[in-house]
Amino acid sequence: MNQPTVFQQEAICALATPSGVGAIAVIRVSGQGAIDIVNTIFKGKDLTQAESHTVHFGTIRDGSTLVDDVLVTVFRTPRSFTREDAIEISCHGSDYIIRQIIKLLVKQGARVARPGEFTQRAFLNGQFDLVQAEAVADLIAADSEASHRTALNQLRGGFSKKLASLREELIHFASLVELELDFGEEDVEFAQRDDLRNLIQSLQKTIAPLIESFDYGNAIKDGVPVAIIGSPNVGKSTLLNALLNEEKAIVTSIAGTTRDVIEDTMVLNGLKFRFIDTAGIRETQDLVESMGIERSRKAMEKADIVLLLFDSPETFADIQVLAESLPVDKRVLWVQNKVDVSELRLMDDALPISAQSHLGLEELKDTLVAQVQKQAASDTVVTNLRHYEHLVKTQNALEDVLNGLDMGITGDFLAQDIRLALHHLGEITGTIVNDDLLANIFSKFCIGK
Amino acid sequence: MFPEYDVIVVGAGHAGCEAAAAAANMGSKVLLITMNMQTIAQMSCNPAMGGVAKGQIVREVDALGGQSGIVSDRTMIQFRMLNRSKGPAMWSPRCQSDRMLFAQEWRQILEDTPNVDFWQDTVKEIIVKDNRAAGVKTSLSIEIKSKSVVLTNGTFLNGLIHIGEKNFGGGRTGEKAATGITEQLKELGFEYGRMKTGTPPRVDGRSLDYTKMEEQPGDEEAGGFSYKETKRLTKQRSCWITYTNEDVHGVLRTGFDKSPMFSGRIKGLGPRYCPSVEDKINRFADKDRHQIFVEPEGWNTVEVYVNGFSTSLPEDVQYNALRKIPGFENVRMFRPGYAIEYDFFPPTQLKLTLETQLIDNLFFAGQINGTTGYEEAACQGLIAGINAHRKVNEEEAFILKRSEAYIGVLIDDLINKGTEEPYRMFTSRAEYRTLLRQDNADIRLTEKGYNIGLADEERLTNVREKVAQTDELIQELMQVKVQPEDVNPKLEELGTSSIREKTSLYQLLKRPQLDMTQVKSLQPQFANWVSRFKKDAVEQAEIHVKYDSYIEKERLMVEKMSRMEDLLIIDNFNYDNVAALSFEGREKLKRARPHTIGQASRISGVSPSDISVLMIYLGR
Repeated sequence: MNQPTVFQQEAICALATPSGVGAIAVIRVSGQGAIDIVNTIFKGKDLTQAESHTVHFGTIRDGSTLVDDVLVTVFRTPRSFTREDAIEISCHGSDYIIRQIIKLLVKQGARVARPGEFTQRAFLNGQFDLVQAEAVADLIAADSEASHRTALNQLRGGFSKKLASLREELIHFASLVELELDFGEEDVEFAQRDDLRNLIQSLQKTIAPLIESFDYGNAIKDGVPVAIIGSPNVGKSTLLNALLNEEKAIVTSIAGTTRDVIEDTMVLNGLKFRFIDTAGIRETQDLVESMGIERSRKAMEKADIVLLLFDSPETFADIQVLAESLPVDKRVLWVQNKVDVSELRLMDDALPISAQSHLGLEELKDTLVAQVQKQAASDTVVTNLRHYEHLVKTQNALEDVLNGLDMGITGDFLAQDIRLALHHLGEITGTIVNDDLLANIFSKFCIGK
Repeated sequence: MFPEYDVIVVGAGHAGCEAAAAAANMGSKVLLITMNMQTIAQMSCNPAMGGVAKGQIVREVDALGGQSGIVSDRTMIQFRMLNRSKGPAMWSPRCQSDRMLFAQEWRQILEDTPNVDFWQDTVKEIIVKDNRAAGVKTSLSIEIKSKSVVLTNGTFLNGLIHIGEKNFGGGRTGEKAATGITEQLKELGFEYGRMKTGTPPRVDGRSLDYTKMEEQPGDEEAGGFSYKETKRLTKQRSCWITYTNEDVHGVLRTGFDKSPMFSGRIKGLGPRYCPSVEDKINRFADKDRHQIFVEPEGWNTVEVYVNGFSTSLPEDVQYNALRKIPGFENVRMFRPGYAIEYDFFPPTQLKLTLETQLIDNLFFAGQINGTTGYEEAACQGLIAGINAHRKVNEEEAFILKRSEAYIGVLIDDLINKGTEEPYRMFTSRAEYRTLLRQDNADIRLTEKGYNIGLADEERLTNVREKVAQTDELIQELMQVKVQPEDVNPKLEELGTSSIREKTSLYQLLKRPQLDMTQVKSLQPQFANWVSRFKKDAVEQAEIHVKYDSYIEKERLMVEKMSRMEDLLIIDNFNYDNVAALSFEGREKLKRARPHTIGQASRISGVSPSDISVLMIYLGR
C-alpha cells in the first residue's frame, strides 16, 4: 500500500484521557522531537534509544523534584496515532500532576494542543479516510464548544479586562512603530525609544503576575498551609490520616523548612494542601500535656486555613479561647468530630464529621477547596494552560523587544517581535492584528500627503 | 474589421498597460481599447512611482517581467531610496517622474510589442455567452470578439467630479466618464459601490519662491527599479517642502459650507491615509500645520504638483488658501484640485486570479477593485493579464502567496477581506515583511516569471548569477578569519569591541556597528577579492549575514503556516454539509469561497475551530 509521506509538525501535548478525577491519566505528546522532549524530563531508560511500541517505567522530574512515577509508551513514526513520533505518559490521575507534567513539556518546547489537533494531524497524515474523519469532526465540534466555554469562563472578570488593556497598549506601541515605518517620510511623530522601553517594561510587569498566578491558581505551588488545631484526643491525628489515606489523594511526605518539622501534603482538585506540624500532631498522641498552647499558636500563625477541631463541650470551649486570638484574615473552619458517637451539635456552622468512620470527609475536602477558590477569584488568576503558554510567549517576545532596544535595532525588527507578542495575546483573545494596527494609525494620526 | 482576440483590455492606465503587455508578451493576441489614445498611461495624480511598500511592488512587477519598473527608470527626474536608516525590509525606492515622458514611454513600449493592437473607443457592454466573457460592444456599436476581457476602468465608471458646489461627469478633469458597464454588471448580479478620491491643484513653478522652502534633493547616487540594466540619472530635479499654517487653515474653513465632502454631496468613501487638506484640518484641529511637498512635473515643464493639498473646495478658496503658504504668495494656479467619485466592485467577488466568480474569463484590475495607487493598479493588471492569457490557453492559475510577494498580500487581502476605502499597500499589511524586500524581488519572483514565459532569459541569468555570487560571498565571509593583533586597533577605531581570538569576517559583519565597507577595510585581500562581485550580490550577502536571525524567524513562521496555505478547498465545496461549522463562519465561507484553508483562516468571522473542522473535512 502506498502510504503518504508523514509530515512531522512541531510537538504538541495534551491530556488524552477525560479530565476529572481518574486513577490514571494519559498525556499524549506528538510531533517533531516528541521523544527528545519527554526524555529530558523522564528519569529511567534513555527513550531516544527505545524501540517503537515499548513501555518504560520511570519518574518525571522537575529538576530534582519528583513529580510522579509514570509509565511511558514510545511510538515511532509512522506507527502512531498521528503517524508522527509520539509518546504516551501514563501518570496518576491528579489534576495537579497532569498540569505539572504538561507545564514541564511546554517548558521543554512542546505546545499545548488545540482541540482536535491530534485527530487533525492523524487525518492530515493519512491515518483516516474521509468517512472516518467526518465522524471525528462531530467529536471535535463538541470539543471546541467545551473549550469555548472554558475560555469564556476564563475571560470573565479581571483576566479579560487586563488582557484587553494590555493588548490596547501594545497595539498603540506597535502602531507608533509601524507609523514611523510606513509614514516615515511624512510629518509624523516618532516613537520615542525611552517611552517604548518604559511601556514594554510596564507590560512585562503586568504580565509577570498573571504568569505567576497560574502557579498559584492552579497548583498553589508551595501548597496552602493548613493547621489542624484542637485539644488532645479530639482526633487530630485520626483526621489527618483519614484525609491523607483517602485513595484518590496523592500523598507525599517532604521535609519542611526546618529539619525536625515534617509536613504532609495532599492534592485536591489540583490544589495542594500542606498540613503544618504534622509531627507535632502525631507526637502528642502519647504526650498528652506536652502539646502546649505555644505550639498551636505557631502552627496557626503559619497557616492560611485553620481547622478548629472539637468533639465535646469542653474541647469546644478550649478551642474558642484559642480562636479569639486569631487574626481576622485567617480563614477558619470549625469541625466537630466523632458525630457518629455523640448526637449533640455544639455549633451550627461546624462541619460534622467522623474521622474514624470517614463520615463527612468529602464535605470537608470540598470546603477546603472552596476556601482556596474563593481567594483565587478575588484577584486575576490564569488557570488555562493554553493561556499560560501564550502569556509566557508574549513575555519572551517582549524580552526580545527589550533586547532589540538595547542593541539599537531598527523599528522593522522591533515590530517583528512586537507582532509576535500581539500574535500570542491574540491567540488568547482571538483577534486579528494587522487591521487593528492600521485602524489605530488612521484614527490617531494625521497622515497622508 | 477585427479578428477574434485572446484578450481585450479595457482601459489603458497602469493596470491596463501591464495587462496588455503581459498577455501579449506571453503570446496572446491583445486588443487595448482606450477612450483616448493621447492619455495612455496617464499619471492622474502625483508624478511619482514607488514609495514605502509601493516601491517593493514596482520591483516585484519588474522581477516578474512587467514594464512599470523600466518605464519608471527611463522617465524619472529624481530618485530616492526611502527609509535607508531602517532595516532592509523598509528600504523603498521612489522616483519623481516626468509625467509626459512616462506616458510617452509606456505608449512606445506597447507600440513595440508585436501582439498589441489599439482601438480608441468607449466600451459600453461586455458580450457574455454561456456565462463567459466573449468580447465587447463599443459606443460606435462595434462588436469585437475575444476569449477573455480585462476591465481596468479606473475612476471612469460613472465618474463624477466635484469642485466646490459644482459637479460634472468625468473620468479625470477634461475627460468624459464611461457609462453602461456598471449598469450591465449590476444586471449580471455584481454588487457595486462608490468610492471617492481626490487630487491637489497644479500650479506654475515660475510663481513660487523656493527660498522660503526646504529643498529635498534626490539621492547622491540614483538607483532604479528594474533588475534589468537601465540608465541611472546623473542629474536630478529637487522637490521642495513647505507647510500650511493657521492662516491657510482659516481661509480653507471659509469654504467648508461649500465643501462637497462636508455637505454630504459626496457619498463615496475616501482613503483615510490620503485625506484632503480640509479633512486634515477638520479631523486634526489641534495640528497647526501640515506638510506640503512641492513636486516638479517633469524636466521641461514649469507645472508643479502641490502634494499634500488635495482638495475639493471651490477654486477661489483653493487659490486664496495657497497664497498663504510660505513660498506661494504670488502663486498662479494651472488647474484646481478636485474630488472624484466612481463605481467599484467589491473585490470579494473575485478569485485569486482576479477573474470574477460570476462570469468566466472576465477579469478586473485596478481601481475597479477598490484599490488606489499606480503601483497597486499595475501589479493587478499584470496578474490579470497573465491569468487571462493562461485561462485562454487552459493553463493553471498563476497565484502569488502572501509569503512570496506584496502582490500576493494585496490580492489575498482584497479577495478575503474586501475593502471599505480605497486600498493602498503598507508594509504593515504584510506579515512577512522581512522576507518581502525590494532587494530580493528578483530572487523571489523572476524564476516564476520565466516559467510562465514572461520574464526573459536575461532576467533569469542575472538572478541566478546574483544568487550564486551571494552564496559564494557568504561562504568566503565564514572562511576568512582575522587575528586579534591584526584588527583590534582598527576595530576600536570603528567604535566596536575588540576580539580575543581568531574571528571570521562573518561574525564581525553581524555586529550592528560594522557594515560591509568597514569589514572589507579589515582585510585588504578580502576587499580585493570582493571587488569582482556585482554590487547587488554584495548587498544581498551583507543583508543575509546581518539579519539572518530575523529572516530565519520569519521563514519559520512561513513554514508553520504553509501547511494551511497548501491545503486546497475544492471550488464547489458545499459548506452546508459541514454541520460542525459555526453559523457565522459558514455564511462568511459561502460568500468568500476561499481557495485554501490558509485563506479561509484570514476571513473575519471564521473561527479557529471552524478551521479545524474544515481541515478534518478536506485534508490533502
